[in-house]
Amino acid sequence: MASPTEQFAITPLSGPLFHISNAPIAFTNSAAFMVAVVLIVVVFCLTTSARPSLVPGRLQNVGELFYEFVANTVRQSAGHDAMGFVPFVFALFSFVLVANLLGLLPYSFTVTSHIIVTAALSLLVIGTVIVYGFAKHGVGFLKLFVPSGVPGWLLPMLVVIEVISFLSRPISLSVRLFANMLAGHIALKIFAGFVTSLLAAGFWSVLSPLPLLLTVALSALEMLVAVLQAYVFAVLTSIYLHDALHPGH
Amino acid sequence: MAGDDKSPSGSKPPAGSKDRELAKRLSDLGERLAAAEKANTSSSGEAGAGGAADASSLAGALRLAGEFVAGVIVGSLLGWGLDYALGTSPWGLIVFLLLGFAAGVMNVMRAAGFVRSGPPGRT
Repeated sequence: MASPTEQFAITPLSGPLFHISNAPIAFTNSAAFMVAVVLIVVVFCLTTSARPSLVPGRLQNVGELFYEFVANTVRQSAGHDAMGFVPFVFALFSFVLVANLLGLLPYSFTVTSHIIVTAALSLLVIGTVIVYGFAKHGVGFLKLFVPSGVPGWLLPMLVVIEVISFLSRPISLSVRLFANMLAGHIALKIFAGFVTSLLAAGFWSVLSPLPLLLTVALSALEMLVAVLQAYVFAVLTSIYLHDALHPGH
Repeated sequence: MAGDDKSPSGSKPPAGSKDRELAKRLSDLGERLAAAEKANTSSSGEAGAGGAADASSLAGALRLAGEFVAGVIVGSLLGWGLDYALGTSPWGLIVFLLLGFAAGVMNVMRAAGFVRSGPPGRT
């Protein structure tokens, strides 16, 4: 039986395109699925907004629901003055959501089950927060690390704690998404593997429907996790953007 | 939406009784739409808010564990790095592990909503 982690293997689909300090860079299955995700999102947005009308049709309704969901998330978590970031959060949310859902299809590859992808996404978020915060508030952005109403002798320690807390954000943001997708897909594969093992085990094959049922239930749970993790990513992005806009405590 | 529909059609030249009648019907429709929308939001608003609250509380619950671990990991990595750079082993690791623990607890309390990082005057 195939190993449960075999589904995460990265295989080059082309020869090395170019080299970065002797490391060959090829077009891999991961890159192919990222391209597929972006294509799906672009086609979705183009088809739902192809013929805009005042009274939306079915397709337009789906697109508007999707957009308004993200816009409401940003408005609730980051405030009205962060509405300029809706395209950014929309792009992140749709990429993560479609990548998670695409990974649930049999024989497909889950882009977000690799920490390098989720870490790149979360570093993009934190980088945006830092750059925008310093661009907007200058040195005042550092007030983010200084809680108000604290006695002076406690302040140095609290500043260090706040800095650690800030640095832990990209880690928790990326690890959460990566770990959820990785663990979910491994669990699915293992329980699906039990079915074949039990079928080959003579008398005990009468038990084989049990892991099959569990696999079905897990698939439903994975669907929930896929959507929820994309939502969590969008919410946390907006919360961090709120900090960039209003660094004072 | 109702107001948006009404105002441009009302600004069109209301010449003739037919147009005036049309404008009246439009504003009438607008009023009825607004009333229906109001009733709709007041009845389904709670359900909608409940659904959103459910989703966000589920999302919050999924955050908690990771937030704490991330704080501890970052704290100990910082301490280890300081030791490596300054040669103060093991004190940096000890102190920053404890500080990372505190940061992790603060992350969790923030994620759970006990500590708000928004309004001033509260810590």
